[in-house]
Amino acid sequence: MSEPLRGVIVSHAAVADALLAAVAAITGVQDALVGVSNDGCDTGALAERLTRAIGGQPAVLFVDLPGGSCLTSSVRLARGNASVAVVTGVNLAMLLDFVFHRDLAPGDAARRAAEAGSRAIRTPAA
Amino acid sequence: MSIALFRIDDRLIHGQVVVGWGKPLNVGFIVLVDDAVRASASEQELYRMGVPPEIELVFASTAEAVAGLPVWKRDPRVGLLVAGDIDTLAALSGNSHGVARINVGGLHSRPGRSARLRYVYLSDAEAAQLKALAARGVEVTAQDVPTARAVPLKDFT
Repeated sequence: MSEPLRGVIVSHAAVADALLAAVAAITGVQDALVGVSNDGCDTGALAERLTRAIGGQPAVLFVDLPGGSCLTSSVRLARGNASVAVVTGVNLAMLLDFVFHRDLAPGDAARRAAEAGSRAIRTPAA
Repeated sequence: MSIALFRIDDRLIHGQVVVGWGKPLNVGFIVLVDDAVRASASEQELYRMGVPPEIELVFASTAEAVAGLPVWKRDPRVGLLVAGDIDTLAALSGNSHGVARINVGGLHSRPGRSARLRYVYLSDAEAAQLKALAARGVEVTAQDVPTARAVPLKDFT
């Protein structure tokens, strides 16, 4: 990949902005991710926001829930487009892994991020 | 039971519908009425992803919904019917089976519409459509989630 992947966090309310701020605070990386909220959007308006956020670059879309308007709009954009992949259940751990592995193909980066995010979900003994 | 909620929401199936309303109403089935979604297996698969397995999701065209409404109203489970526009609910309420109440849950900004509430944008023609439904005896309110106040039609048209 000659062009590093862009990550787009797609969320309800201000979840995306909060995750962006957390990634920047932890890693110092400012340019790998952009956030999109579905606030006030019907499906058409959300698709426009997503298209602008992707900006014609290869991208991974990190969606908050595995269903609902954020997911449906994201999957419609990714259909038939190998340069865009989708991951659901976004969490901070997967984003931290992603920002340092943006040289992968979108599908591979999405699978790697999903694995990193899954590994972060634990129930430690108190 | 019957259809507990007839909702107009241009996002169709999403968190407010499945979780916000679905949980407190203990919904057993959701009817999604949309001609385009009814005709597309891939679109149906997308919406199915947002619904937990214990809730049945039924896809219907407007014509199928007009025919199916009496059956769904007799279903012992609690049902929720959602459509993306006023026309569809107008078609359902226009038949003899009756729709007593309509919940306007989300109609968003588009050219020709103006803001009526944070989550309701209407053109003048759409506002007139809702008033015509109310004139026929349908109670029309706007309410995005159950914990919010139900806004009477006169306050947003």
